[in-house]
Amino acid sequence: MKATWAKGLSYLTLTSILLAGCASNSTKTESESIGTSSGSSIEQSAKSGGVVRFAMATEVDSLDPYQSAATDTSSMMDNVFDGLFDTNEKGELIPNLADSYEISEDGLTYMFQLKEGVKFHDGSDFSAEDVVYSYSKLAGLKTGEPMNSKFAGISSIEVVSDYEVVVSLKEIDSSFIARNIVAIVPSDYEQQSKQPIGAGPFKFKEYKAGQQLVLVKNADYYLEGKTPKVDEVQFKIMPDAQSSILAMQAGEIDVLPGITEQGLMQLGDSVEVVSGPQNMVQLMALNNSFGPLSDIRVRQAINYAIDKDSIIDTVAEGKATKLGSNFSPAMDFYFEEGLENFYETNIEKAKQLMAEAGFADGFDLQLTVPSDYQFHVDTAQMLASQLQQININVKIEPIEFSTWLERVYTNAEYESTVISFTGKLDPFEVVGRFVSDYPKNFVKFDNEKFDSVLDSAVKEKDEKEKANLYKEAQRILTEEAGSVFIMDPDRSIAMANGLTGFKMFPVQKYNLEDLEFTE
Amino acid sequence: MKYFLYKASTFFATIMFISIIIFFIFQVIPGNPAQIILGIDADEQQVIQLEEKLGLNNPPMERYIDWIKGIFQGDLGDSLKYQTPVIEILQDRIPVTLSLAILSILLTVIIGIPLGILIARTDGKWYSVILSTLTQLGIAIPSFWFGFILILLFAVLLKWFPTFGYVPWSEDFVGAFKSFFLPSLAIAVTNIAVVIRYLRNTILDQSKMDYVRTARVKGLSERSIVYGHVLRNALIPVLTIMGMIIADTIGGSIIIENVFALPGLGNLLIQSITSRDFPLIQSLVMYIAILVVVINFIVDLLYRVVDPRIRLKG
Amino acid sequence: MKKNRSIPLYIGITLVVILFIMMITSLFYTPYDPNVMDPQARLSPPSLEHTFGTDNFGRDILSRVMEGSKTAFLIGTLSVTIGLFFGFLIGALAGYFGGWIDEVFMRFIDAMMAFPGILLAIVLVTVFNTGMQNTIIALGIMSIPSFARIVRSGFIQVKEFDFVKASKAKGAGSTRIIFKHILPNIMSSIFVAMTLSFSGSVLAEAGLSYLGLGVQPPDPSWGRMLKEAQPFIASSPMYLLITGGVIMLMVLGFNLLSDGIRDVRDKKA
Repeated sequence: MKATWAKGLSYLTLTSILLAGCASNSTKTESESIGTSSGSSIEQSAKSGGVVRFAMATEVDSLDPYQSAATDTSSMMDNVFDGLFDTNEKGELIPNLADSYEISEDGLTYMFQLKEGVKFHDGSDFSAEDVVYSYSKLAGLKTGEPMNSKFAGISSIEVVSDYEVVVSLKEIDSSFIARNIVAIVPSDYEQQSKQPIGAGPFKFKEYKAGQQLVLVKNADYYLEGKTPKVDEVQFKIMPDAQSSILAMQAGEIDVLPGITEQGLMQLGDSVEVVSGPQNMVQLMALNNSFGPLSDIRVRQAINYAIDKDSIIDTVAEGKATKLGSNFSPAMDFYFEEGLENFYETNIEKAKQLMAEAGFADGFDLQLTVPSDYQFHVDTAQMLASQLQQININVKIEPIEFSTWLERVYTNAEYESTVISFTGKLDPFEVVGRFVSDYPKNFVKFDNEKFDSVLDSAVKEKDEKEKANLYKEAQRILTEEAGSVFIMDPDRSIAMANGLTGFKMFPVQKYNLEDLEFTE
Repeated sequence: MKYFLYKASTFFATIMFISIIIFFIFQVIPGNPAQIILGIDADEQQVIQLEEKLGLNNPPMERYIDWIKGIFQGDLGDSLKYQTPVIEILQDRIPVTLSLAILSILLTVIIGIPLGILIARTDGKWYSVILSTLTQLGIAIPSFWFGFILILLFAVLLKWFPTFGYVPWSEDFVGAFKSFFLPSLAIAVTNIAVVIRYLRNTILDQSKMDYVRTARVKGLSERSIVYGHVLRNALIPVLTIMGMIIADTIGGSIIIENVFALPGLGNLLIQSITSRDFPLIQSLVMYIAILVVVINFIVDLLYRVVDPRIRLKG
Repeated sequence: MKKNRSIPLYIGITLVVILFIMMITSLFYTPYDPNVMDPQARLSPPSLEHTFGTDNFGRDILSRVMEGSKTAFLIGTLSVTIGLFFGFLIGALAGYFGGWIDEVFMRFIDAMMAFPGILLAIVLVTVFNTGMQNTIIALGIMSIPSFARIVRSGFIQVKEFDFVKASKAKGAGSTRIIFKHILPNIMSSIFVAMTLSFSGSVLAEAGLSYLGLGVQPPDPSWGRMLKEAQPFIASSPMYLLITGGVIMLMVLGFNLLSDGIRDVRDKKA
């Protein structure tokens, strides 16, 4: 739900690793596999070209990549802009505008080797100047006010040569490298919000508010084997989910991202489905500073009382991964296994814990949910009926999302809520929201050990050790019953028969360049 | 002339009241609008800047006058979400809603009037009762639900019309007509029922009038009585409900545009409400209300032209 | 032949009475607890155990429809009461006194009528937030103008009647004239407006719920159920048909009732 441009990477160490070595290998294998698959599909009468029509539920918030905050917008516009790196399906970093990078011994300076011969959509050449321009803008080096807090840690950025650039950080931050997938924009071009220009596989063609966003193929794309196969992609803005299903049924839409199980049932065999975990965490957030909930026994009792499987079966039609902590197995490198059954549903035990805490007769609990999200509202209804069994009298209070942001997320004026957080590639961004002094720690989780574990994780250079620290943090969160971590609902994308190439990423990403019609 | 002057003065008084209602409704919004608009990651500095931009620090009277001044100067302020002048956004959206409204009113007239006449002429017969009860279903059906049924039937199963979207008239006339037909029908169904009910009642009332009896006595055929006299006199009162129908049509488009993904004013209104784009909502509501008043004003004048017997009533 | 004309009235009365009985019954009895979930019996079609089938949580739809009828009657009754109260006040003052009072009140009413009903409701709900109480207030305000107009025109007409003029000349007080002479004469018009406004509120609530601005869970409402049923059009079409159906029947019932009352009155006149 909350979106940022900073996604992340996983498997890189802080010592100077030449990304070119391992990563170009991975790109090679990838382009090979694409080569073979497209090669063979050419024989099977693949037709290049064509127009792909997406149904999008939300409007574009801003065409300017630095001003946009909506996940849907960035998923679309990500195809217009390339960053120094990109992510693959496993959440690993792969080179885009940069070929490789080196990190200094003290971990404070990053040297990026850039690709040569890349052109922006306006025909201008890409060089180190553009990276300096883009990062200076994000970090607010000239104005003193960062446009994006994730880049506030940059102290300076310098051009070494036309294709080499050095970024210096204020302090060690193992999460920084993952943020380099942010869009690089041509220097001194200030019209991004009207006519966006990037170096990505697609060019911006037009945007009509409330109607559509159209991208066209960039035939001169610099990455080999990644030149788009379709000519044009149209994102149709369709606010009503049921209408978009009907539109797909009538053959007026080719891709429907984020379709429900019921929608798929309605479409039947007329579509192909790509689906998988989306690296999301849906949780029943418990305000640890609210009366009864400040008692760990009450929080544990709630965890024992809730039957996640039944919620998954009902609300997500069984298409979700059960969670035990604030982490999805979609990022398996950092994922602590086995927590999902830490609190096996056990009403007796829950009642006993409630009694120990002095709440044998239960208490009233307000459950605030953003009414714009039917999924959460449905979950809340199930939670209310399950918690009734241990005498917790849940009162559902649906509020508009904008009010939710203000009251719950910003001011933490609530007792409990249901919400989900979309996937981030950097593990710190996922679990970091429970650090006691994090400004948006709306759960009011306060645990010294947890704080110190995460602090060392950020400073840890060894990748393996870093992963262990993040795993430990997840375990603490579960043991302390910080909240009820429910599920990672699968994301399903329906595609018209004959359209192939869509892949699932640990973040919401539309790899338009791989799409092609095969019949 | 005196009538016109009176009507014009009431017209302006109404618009003034509308502007006051809208302005004060939006003053009651709980909390700090600037904070709500900027959302979660807003920094104090941004909030203060936006407060100034919205003029939230000026006294209400001053803000009201500024707003009214802006309206007269064609400056409705900037949308916070789209960051463009509200007036430009409205210009984009108005053709869609207007096309929808006009087509829907045409459908109402084309379907409603003949059907109303038929039901009135066959009054008392069993099929007339069934028909009139059936048409009343039109008022009873939730419009968005009817919209779905139309899409399912005519767009998905029969494929006669597109399921969604908007084609400008200038691009493809037939395409535009097709894209507006189903949503217009979904809005019109309520109004068709209203017209039928009203027309049936007025025709029946007229039939009891003395002149009809006289005509019958004179030996005029039932047909010529109905079409020559009754209908003419019955249709004039129908004009008076046109104003109400137009308001309903515009109201209906708010919901139906969301069902059919049409980028009109209604769709915009819902979008701007979810994003708390107050300058846009305020102007949008004002625009729609003024539109309704203007149309009513025109209907009023037309009514007077059609039926000179109407005199100025208090 | 003339008999047939009252058939709609009978249909209307029958529908309203059935729904009313259903509402009263739901106060004491529903086949199942309308909020109890049974994940094993999700989206089951109508059967002997579940007359109308179950919803996506395995809740009994008949019980929920019954429970929802309370909300429908509550919203209808309260919003009509609000609309009638303020509409009557404005209309009566304007019609009785005339002159500049009339002029000011009517311009205000004109201004309110310029907002297409649903628009006014949406704006009010945006400002006061969603929920049952605010939905009722919004729908109530929405129905003020039509009452005000009817009451006003009733007052103006009746005021001119000879018998009213006569009592005025005899020195009868305003209150007495209003209750003795004016009210009985406009009763049937008000009753027609009440039934129409009742069904209008039920329908408007469905529209607001579709936009997510209406009654919120856990309060049951037909409009909300209809919106919630929509994704299940393929797997459980009965859910959608039944919820849409009860809304239609209620609105139809009240509309036919109002038509019928009008016809009866016209016959008398």
